[in-house]
Amino acid sequence: MKIVKLKKENLHPFLQAVSQDAELWAPVRLSNNKHSFQLIDDFSKIDLDYTRTILPPRKLFLPPEFNMFQASFQGYQEDYSHVTPKVLFGVHPCDLHGLLIFDQFHRQAFEDPYYLKARENTLVFGHSCWPDEYCFCQSTHTHIIEEGYDLFFSELDDYYLVWIGSSEGDDCLRLTPELFEESISEEDIKSYIAWQEKRNRAFQLHINFVSMPDLMELRYHHPLWEVLGQACLSCGSCSMVCPTCNCYNVNDHPVLGKNYSEIHRCWDSCMLENYSAVAGGENFREKRSQRLKLWYTHKLQAYISKYGKPACVGCGRCLVTCPVDINIYTVSRALEGEQVDAFWNRLANEVKQ
Amino acid sequence: MKVVNKTNQTKNPFLPEPARIVRMYPLTEDVKFFQVRLVDIEKSLSFQYRPGQFAMISVLGAGEAPFSISSTPSRPGLLEFCIRQTGTVTRAIFNLKENDLIGVRGPYGNGFPIEKMEGKDILIVMGGLGAAPLRSVLLYCLDNRDLFGRVILLHGAKRPAEMIFLQEFLDLKKRSDLECYLTVDQDDTGQWVDNVGVVTTLFPQLKEINPNQTVALVCGPPVMYKFVIQELLKLNIPKDQILMTLERRMKCGVGKCGHCAIDYIYTCLDGPVFTYWDVIHMRELI
Repeated sequence: MKIVKLKKENLHPFLQAVSQDAELWAPVRLSNNKHSFQLIDDFSKIDLDYTRTILPPRKLFLPPEFNMFQASFQGYQEDYSHVTPKVLFGVHPCDLHGLLIFDQFHRQAFEDPYYLKARENTLVFGHSCWPDEYCFCQSTHTHIIEEGYDLFFSELDDYYLVWIGSSEGDDCLRLTPELFEESISEEDIKSYIAWQEKRNRAFQLHINFVSMPDLMELRYHHPLWEVLGQACLSCGSCSMVCPTCNCYNVNDHPVLGKNYSEIHRCWDSCMLENYSAVAGGENFREKRSQRLKLWYTHKLQAYISKYGKPACVGCGRCLVTCPVDINIYTVSRALEGEQVDAFWNRLANEVKQ
Repeated sequence: MKVVNKTNQTKNPFLPEPARIVRMYPLTEDVKFFQVRLVDIEKSLSFQYRPGQFAMISVLGAGEAPFSISSTPSRPGLLEFCIRQTGTVTRAIFNLKENDLIGVRGPYGNGFPIEKMEGKDILIVMGGLGAAPLRSVLLYCLDNRDLFGRVILLHGAKRPAEMIFLQEFLDLKKRSDLECYLTVDQDDTGQWVDNVGVVTTLFPQLKEINPNQTVALVCGPPVMYKFVIQELLKLNIPKDQILMTLERRMKCGVGKCGHCAIDYIYTCLDGPVFTYWDVIHMRELI
């Protein structure tokens, strides 16, 4: 892989050049101090000092709700208006792994043109990160990334090491070759290694994913699921913020005053009550505990059996989002045998305080 | 930058094919029979499927839902569906008339392993609307009669008026190469000449079954499976030669929307036909 150097002061001029004919999306600090990938009209709004955005970048490839096609008696008209040329800057390794899982999922069996077209029309620039107390990507081996990006920016002191991950990424550098330095000194290499070692030691949260498929199987009928089910609010927030959740619903929206319907596709969650309900009143997952089991079977067991890795990239979003602290960490601890009652008593005490 | 198109796939799997309702008539009080033909005549004649597969049917303004194909691929050109009025989409379909347009996507799912079933005795057990997917494989076996051993049909309904395809099955009963047993839970007409009782009461009437040589196909209301499977196990039919076809909520049919997920499989891709071993092995299936 080719690696070049970019001084920090040259970043904005470079972004200016690559986003000439494309939308630039990057992390922005919101008023509530959380971050979000937003359309950038002013480079000063880009805030790279962030840990995780509220929603993962998949929102740019399959928006929360979009029109798939118009249906009328005359036929069907595909709508790809969500596919625009984009440059997505500042994506952390965990989210890049989330996109890789999405790539694999949307390519298998029947290719999903709505995702793949959007992906093909987006340049993805990764950015290095520093873990907080909720990050556990080291446990999922998603703290480093070797593919799935066009460029990757490793931040060191006053410059970046820029890893070129694709032919398109290489083309981008050619737009402003004067901004980059080809030669990387021994000192740069040393400071990169030092940074990497320091970061490796900075992870505070560790989860043993290797034993999860077996534990899911062995504790499938364990009362822990009923306890969790009673606490779960069935709000679906965990699915909305998860980089690997792909479920969606489809609705037919007749357009007033027109002779066609718009067929909308919108994010759905297996935590919601009607997720597995069929016409006639049968609901295959009526209880919250059953729906929780499905979510965690998918993340901790099913994907590992099928692809050899969990459908979790360690971003920590479910940890900071779930209002009742049901997340990959607490569920994996419960599966490992930690008293779920004790955990809930602790939570109840925290709520009282 | 320009919007580029690099995907090899030219077809959007979410787009339906316009189709016309050729015939529709009631089978029972709340089940109607639909014959459908794709508007594009070439696509209509080349539409290939396996018994047990399903299609997504959409009605403009109402939405889309999965339905088993009730016709057999051995009679190409027309697709047939038995539809019970239960939800938004089915209500809208019931309000349509002959010659109206609908959307059809498919076929989807694995279907029955008809090649592996060749040479075997076929025991079909259907209850109520379970006849919808199993009629396809029944007609397929009868149209290719020399490929299969015995063909045995057990069909149960609550009342004579609720037996779908009653006349068709009464006609089939006259065939000497089909062992056909019909039953109703209750005879409220006084006219019923066949068996009265749940479908399991038909098993003692069967001529001796050679279990290893038999493939059993089961579809019916959830309550039926448990009792029918007990009977099939009593006959010593191997667990992986008991096939059943299942119902799930589906929004795409192509393994993307997630609604039909069970463990690590999708009913729309890996099902809807499963063996009894799958059912024990994967939990949640029934």
